[in-house]
Amino acid sequence: MSEAIIKTEQLLFRYTTEEGVAPTVLDGIDLEIEPGSFVAVLGHNGSGKSTLAKHFNAILLPTGGKVWVSGLDTADEDRLLDIRRQVGMVFQNPDNQIVASVVEEDVAFGPENLGVPSREIRQRVDAALQTVGMAEFARHAPHLLSGGQKQRVAIAGVIAMEPACIVLDEATAMLDPVGRREVLSTVKKLNREKGITVVLITHHMDEAAQADRLIVMHDGHIVRDGAPAQVFQDVEGLRSLGLEVPETVSLMYELRKAGVDVPLDTLDVDSCAAALFSLLTQGKESGM
Amino acid sequence: MALKDITLGQFFPGSSLIHRLDPRAKLIGLIAYIVALFLANGWLTYLIAFLTLALVVAVSTVKLKALLRGMKPVLFLLVFTAVLNMFYTPGTPLAKFWIFTITYEGIVHAFFMVIRILMLISATFLLTYTTSPLALTDGLESLLGPLKKVRVPVHELSMIMSIALRFIPTLIEETDKIMSAQRARGADFDTGNLIQKAKALIPLLVPLFISAFRRADELATAMECRCYHGGEGRTRMKQLHYKPGDGLFIFAALAICVGIGVLGRFGW
Repeated sequence: MSEAIIKTEQLLFRYTTEEGVAPTVLDGIDLEIEPGSFVAVLGHNGSGKSTLAKHFNAILLPTGGKVWVSGLDTADEDRLLDIRRQVGMVFQNPDNQIVASVVEEDVAFGPENLGVPSREIRQRVDAALQTVGMAEFARHAPHLLSGGQKQRVAIAGVIAMEPACIVLDEATAMLDPVGRREVLSTVKKLNREKGITVVLITHHMDEAAQADRLIVMHDGHIVRDGAPAQVFQDVEGLRSLGLEVPETVSLMYELRKAGVDVPLDTLDVDSCAAALFSLLTQGKESGM
Repeated sequence: MALKDITLGQFFPGSSLIHRLDPRAKLIGLIAYIVALFLANGWLTYLIAFLTLALVVAVSTVKLKALLRGMKPVLFLLVFTAVLNMFYTPGTPLAKFWIFTITYEGIVHAFFMVIRILMLISATFLLTYTTSPLALTDGLESLLGPLKKVRVPVHELSMIMSIALRFIPTLIEETDKIMSAQRARGADFDTGNLIQKAKALIPLLVPLFISAFRRADELATAMECRCYHGGEGRTRMKQLHYKPGDGLFIFAALAICVGIGVLGRFGW
């Protein structure tokens, strides 16, 4: 097994206030994220999921415990650029992370900061815009784009730095359904085709369901960790944490409660429909 | 009030020779031209300056109407300068009424003054019409580069400028939104006297400022995430390169400046 791209050990975090008493936001997080994986972190507001994400590229430093990115300790200030080059971040508000007034200039911002030669920046920018499907907008002004397009530009800005991992900190929270779909399919493509590790911080169940691994946060703790199909089986448990399961799972759960024998691992509409179809055709055969 | 209609800067995209010049060449050219205007001293030199400008305007394909529109705000200043010059220049009196005397020299002086201001403004507008704000910022950063040696934060200033340019449309959109929100709660921005109108702006400005600070904070974090650490060791995707045409343009501008300077000394 290869070395974890992100590893935390007994990660503890408190905001420091002037009074000195501050609530603990993260409390003893032990986590390892494998290279090339697609991990979703789910939790309601205040669960600490965004705070956790900000530790993955040294925007926040742990109050206690350690965080390593590709074996580099994030507390090591001399390696800060190396760490941030490895782990790119996409934030919630698309307007507040676009720096330049032309799309391609914005994508070039990261590589420019890294001191990449001009000609290579050009290649990286073109490739990155191609990857996120925004090549035709290269010379547009960002403020004229839709939310989903802006977030794709932001993602292009991150991949132009050629990171090993992208962290999306509720990057779809301000988008409409179309924009969310655009961003999510872009991210999945990056994960599948380029092998970039993706950490998706979200509170949308349907997005979390698409990951390989689902981590559920509650009150600064990791309370669930596993494949989405597995985690969502525990409908009651999740509901007691204030989380809802995807609608397809919820439907199956209600059917089961009513005594119908259906599987609970239907994460998307297709598998749900297939399960219902086989149930109904079976019922027909036995009924006739 | 449709705030969105405000045009950003005054850039008219195009592909004329003037548009394609290096922004630094255009800046140097403008400075040389302004110096020349102040050295011009007679009919001949003004004619040369005028013909130069006419040539550049013709090549730039900028519409004359657009140039003239830029003059509107300075109309008052023009009239004021003209009148003052007419009455206060001593010389051969042409007409006299009450305590005012109009002199021949006064009229000539006023005419030259107005022409000078008009040409100066036209030339400046021509620069902003044919150069995108971004190119202008880059050009300024590059031209002022040597000042870094005396610790002038040139990179930081140009970064501030380009971020300001980037956020103008965003903040305008936000102002629009806040205005609608406040109007929906009964705010009145359009009636009342000046003081009442100014007071009505407070519920608009406070949320706008708060949001601007929040944006600045988030943007700074996002920039940090993208490894921004000042101008040190930073490269650019688009580097400015002088082309032969730029050299020719600068040379011509300097030649005209020197020519007008010499002729002006002799009172032409």
